[in-house]
Amino acid sequence: MKALRGRFLDAYATLAIGYMLLPIAVVLLFSFNDPAGRFNYVWQSFTFDNWVDWDAVPGLRDALETSLLIAVLASLTATTLGTLIALALVRHDFRGRAPINFLIFLPMAAPEIVLGASLLTLFLNQSLLDLGFWTIFIAHVMFNISFVVVTVRARLVDFDRHLEEAAADLGATGLETFRLITMPLLWPAILAGALLAFAISVDDFVITYFNSGSEITFPVFVWGQAARGVPPQVNVIGSAVFLAAVGIMLASVIVQTRRRKESTA
Amino acid sequence: MTFFHRHKWLAPWSLLTPGLAWLAVFFVLPLGFLAYQSLQSGIFPSYEFTWEFGNYGDALSDNREQLFRSFRYAAIATLLALAFSYPLAYWIAFRAGRWKNVFLVLVVAPFFVTYLIRTIAWQTILSDDGTVVSVLRTIGLLADDGRLLATSTAVVAGITYNYLPFAILPLYVSLEQIDRRMLEAAEDLYASRRKAFLRVTLPLSLPGIFAATLLTFIPAAGDFINAELLGGPNQAMIGNVIQSKFLALIDYPSAAALSFVLMALIVAAIAVYARIVGSERL
Repeated sequence: MKALRGRFLDAYATLAIGYMLLPIAVVLLFSFNDPAGRFNYVWQSFTFDNWVDWDAVPGLRDALETSLLIAVLASLTATTLGTLIALALVRHDFRGRAPINFLIFLPMAAPEIVLGASLLTLFLNQSLLDLGFWTIFIAHVMFNISFVVVTVRARLVDFDRHLEEAAADLGATGLETFRLITMPLLWPAILAGALLAFAISVDDFVITYFNSGSEITFPVFVWGQAARGVPPQVNVIGSAVFLAAVGIMLASVIVQTRRRKESTA
Repeated sequence: MTFFHRHKWLAPWSLLTPGLAWLAVFFVLPLGFLAYQSLQSGIFPSYEFTWEFGNYGDALSDNREQLFRSFRYAAIATLLALAFSYPLAYWIAFRAGRWKNVFLVLVVAPFFVTYLIRTIAWQTILSDDGTVVSVLRTIGLLADDGRLLATSTAVVAGITYNYLPFAILPLYVSLEQIDRRMLEAAEDLYASRRKAFLRVTLPLSLPGIFAATLLTFIPAAGDFINAELLGGPNQAMIGNVIQSKFLALIDYPSAAALSFVLMALIVAAIAVYARIVGSERL
């Protein structure tokens, strides 16, 4: 009975993970399709052309470059601002901690459409900045700060401050301690926050759509194509990003798992 | 004596100010502008601030159908996501063993494909000439001219799928943290597996269920992408209305009022839910 229940759960987990991966398999498969018309819904025949000519769709490369540039700038800015907040929250005692935590929690909890809409009303009611690249940048920094704070803070809690004190005891100056002890220990936390911010920024559609004006990021481009039939090149980009991200994650996880096994063996 | 101790100018507020200022100007202030806009009246481009509270009444009464539908879809999608995710998270936490991180990656992996592309993949899967529809028609679960696209089923299925990681991850974290000795203790005291689950595992995973519910329900209630790509005009949600009022109809005051109505209803729904979960735990 016990074994049977276990088998049942194993089978369920296999099916569930299969279900979650199904749309991704479809994206991958249809990146190799040679559609008959504009709509890439029905399997016709296998081709590598879409991968070779990924740049054949007008506007796709521009949209992709805009997305990447905004993601780099926004994740760098948000990581800087968010890391500073996380440092203050973990290392300092001060009044006003509760309202600050609440302020940081809110943008993550609010529905995206409200964030996008409210920021749009701000931009509409001023004349310094037209909707476009920089308004998207501002929006992305805004919603990424909270995610960076949460990610960096979660990892900073384990930070052993005795190491800094030890460095100081051994005669390191403040700057040396920061460069040789603090930064190397903070680095993985900051990198994790930056990667998360980058991923969220590249993927964001709703808030971007409200504040983009005539600027086109990759998700906005896909949205525009959705009504007219998405070209298979969009599947190529989606598949390539997926394979790269998952490849890197699986490799690092497998290496960690192996290492753990060796250390316990 | 560390770097931060020596440099008094790096006191907490100098660390906090840049980031908090950004949030104040680009998150808090815009909510003020949204409120200001929601009380305007007139016709584009000459809206005037007139304390037009009627916008709120109109927002509620003109969009009752879409509001009701949004909350119904979001509630069903949240329940489905919990039912789907709990056993999966349980399996990863308790049975996946050494490779649990690999399975976590597999579960999160689909979400490295852009939201829109994922939803368009569902369009392909559910399309009228797709395999799923033809199988359902053959076995008679769907009429010969029956469709899956442009139905509530497709929209709810899309919403459920798209927010799955927000359900799986918090559930996994809360199940993973459970002290296995508690379960051994239950077994030692002759609890059946069923009883051990109901009396130990389930109550201890309540925080995860609570977090999963909020993280799924809130974005689901404001979603418009699934209704747009997988639904038809009869599946329009409140997000679709807000989006088109802002970006197509340029009816800012009523769109702004509707945004606040959506937020208020979400907060009310969460308050009721927190009440129920909180009182059950006592």
